[in-house]
Amino acid sequence: MKYINAVIDGLSVSVEEGKTIMEAADSIGSHVPRLCFHPVLSTEGACRICVVDVEGYNNHLPACATKLQDGMIITTNSPSLRETRRDLVELLLDNHPKNCLTCERDGNCELQNLSYKLGVRERLFEGWRKEFKFDDSNVSVLRDAEKCILCKRCVRVCSEIQGVHNLSQMYRGVKTVVSPAFMAPMDESVCIKCGQCINVCPTAAFIERDETDKVWNAINDPNKFVVVQTAPAIRSAIGEGWDMPYSTSWTGKTVAALRRLGFDAVFDTDFTADLTIMEESHELMERLKSGENLPMITSCSPGWINFVEHFYPELLPNVSTCKSPMQMLSTLAKTYYAEKTHRDPKDIYVVAVMPCVAKKFEAKRPEHYSPNGYPYTDAVITTRELIWMIKAYGIDFVKLHEDEFDVPLGTSSGAGDIFGATGGVMEAALRTAYEKITGESIENLTFTEVRAVEGLREATIDIKGTLVNVAVANGLNNAKIILEKVKSGEKQFHLIEIMACPGGCVNGGGQPIPHVNKFIYPLDKDLVKKRQQALYSIDEAKTLRKSHENPAILELYKEFLEAPGSHIAHELLHTTYSEKSPKGIK
Amino acid sequence: MCTNKKYTLSDEIVDYINECLVKEHPESYLIAILHKVQGIYGFLSEIHLDEVAHLLQVPTANVYGVATFYHYFRLKPRGQFAISVCMGTACFVKGADSVLTSFKSELGIDMGETTSDGLFSLEGTRCIGVCALAPVVTINDRVYSNVVSQQVSQILNEIKAAERV
Ligand code: SF4
Ligand code: SF4
Ligand code: SF4
Ligand code: FES
Ligand code: FES
Repeated sequence: MKYINAVIDGLSVSVEEGKTIMEAADSIGSHVPRLCFHPVLSTEGACRICVVDVEGYNNHLPACATKLQDGMIITTNSPSLRETRRDLVELLLDNHPKNCLTCERDGNCELQNLSYKLGVRERLFEGWRKEFKFDDSNVSVLRDAEKCILCKRCVRVCSEIQGVHNLSQMYRGVKTVVSPAFMAPMDESVCIKCGQCINVCPTAAFIERDETDKVWNAINDPNKFVVVQTAPAIRSAIGEGWDMPYSTSWTGKTVAALRRLGFDAVFDTDFTADLTIMEESHELMERLKSGENLPMITSCSPGWINFVEHFYPELLPNVSTCKSPMQMLSTLAKTYYAEKTHRDPKDIYVVAVMPCVAKKFEAKRPEHYSPNGYPYTDAVITTRELIWMIKAYGIDFVKLHEDEFDVPLGTSSGAGDIFGATGGVMEAALRTAYEKITGESIENLTFTEVRAVEGLREATIDIKGTLVNVAVANGLNNAKIILEKVKSGEKQFHLIEIMACPGGCVNGGGQPIPHVNKFIYPLDKDLVKKRQQALYSIDEAKTLRKSHENPAILELYKEFLEAPGSHIAHELLHTTYSEKSPKGIK
Repeated sequence: MCTNKKYTLSDEIVDYINECLVKEHPESYLIAILHKVQGIYGFLSEIHLDEVAHLLQVPTANVYGVATFYHYFRLKPRGQFAISVCMGTACFVKGADSVLTSFKSELGIDMGETTSDGLFSLEGTRCIGVCALAPVVTINDRVYSNVVSQQVSQILNEIKAAERV
């Protein structure tokens, strides 16, 4: 490895060849202000906030887009550099709504933070202001183009990570705008509603649809019995809302907070994660027996479901017919639980707390309405929305004691917990499939072959002589690689797990956005790893680690569902999806 | 890629795109393809852009980004009255720029656009060889010479009045 030697702010640095001036400066604690830069995405060089001076060059150079060269003498700070950066930020502000006080990103906005840090304290001129209609066509992702600063992070994440290519920069000059093709509303685009654009946007130009008002109203409605469920990934990240340590799970405090908010029953989506494994492994064994519709592809991730509908409709028969754990829980709440507690399902209001904005869309799909015309899931709020609710209510999350979930939809195995991490559904399924296929108890519960933060894994699992080819993909660009192999027949897979979001649900489009001053960007591999670790630790600490040993699940089958794949299980827990337009380009 | 799908694009264009596909970096032919489409149809319709995207396997959003970036490309059919302001050197020196600005503000459209009633479209051209008459504007086949920006609304009103009867 070749090293490059240079001088930055009077200090000598030596870094591997190929690093940028920004990376070299970071290594010695010179944090050049930046805006369009994102460590996981390609370099755009659009904002020029990161300018530095290099001896021998007449112009300022962008630190994020300039490679360090031997012998460079670099200054990251001078009155002229600071003035340039400030001018650039002021230009952005001139064309920006002055809405900070009522803006979703107030307090955690990169533009606001830069403006503050660079010392912009007054606005000298009022420039020409671009005007765009607020796009709230989509039930998940809302678009406020007036707050867009054209950094193109969303364009990059949507194409480089998700392979959806929904967004591009349209027109030019003062009219430039980021938008789907034909300036179509988001709802009429190929957007798969993953919300990763929300996660990377430095401002509030992309936000989720806020459903907290609906939830407050339901809680305050004396005629409603309000049930809440929380997805596995919530417990791995909610503590970030109070700056609590990473790699730790906050299950008990989350339950306590939900109870204080006034929910009537607090259930765990992990319970139906276990149920998903029961149904899915049954389905897999059936397909292995008949040899039909293999490989089977998991169906938990609603962003992935949207993707397959728009981009790979020909593979829809391969998708598992299992509803997602969220939909299974909501369905059971309004059937099994309603019967058990003698409630009219119409009086039950189901709220789901999800790390995901695509779940908001999933909840409103016609496939997930009961035959009586009401939705099984009434409202979906993200981890971020739950954090606001807890703060708005005046609950000090840090001081809460640890509470337990309600029964019967609250008991789960460790296999349910790891659903929130990429590879988790696969691992949970393998634990159960192994025992079902061999009839023997499994010794080693962890399938490290399928654990990773990388986007793609393939493995062959030897189940006592039965070789099962599996693949795990997260981030849909990675999924495409596997799906193309399936289509070409290059490799015969049996089971494929796909999660739309990079790293799995722990890094979903509804998870907390780390505070700007932390310089940790969503998608950051370390952050993903820490959240995954939180889930793996819960699993390791549990004695109950296999879905098919969960006593509440066994009880549910005995009392209500009969057996995995039974007629009633099919009616309530399974569904199918269909091709959607516009058709995406692979 | 679907080969059995029917396209509304002419065979000539579909064949041309297929030729591009076997070359290195097919996507670099996008602009050339759009030129051909506009050459044949006069403008780039959404359906044509989408078909180009699917045939060339370039995301539709990117195709639209390119189509909107260049003033040359038209996204709507020309208006019933196609206004074209000469931007050649002679006309430019004599104030074609301010004439163009007047047309833009009177019609509320930019270069390459068409009014929502479909009556007028606006574009700039290169020298049309009658520099002595600069600045020159043509509307369909009619040539207007020595145009000054104050005249613009009158020109438009005359056309609209004639249309009404
Ligand atoms: S996006 Fe940022 S700068 Fe813009 S209004 Fe919101 S908080 Fe303020
Ligand atoms: S939600 Fe996902 S698919 Fe939709 S525009 Fe954002 S990044 Fe792209
Ligand atoms: S929407 Fe956000 S991420 Fe996308 S270009 Fe605008 S400011 Fe950047
Ligand atoms: S951060 Fe370097 S150009 Fe934007
Ligand atoms: S420059 Fe306009 S006609 Fe020659």
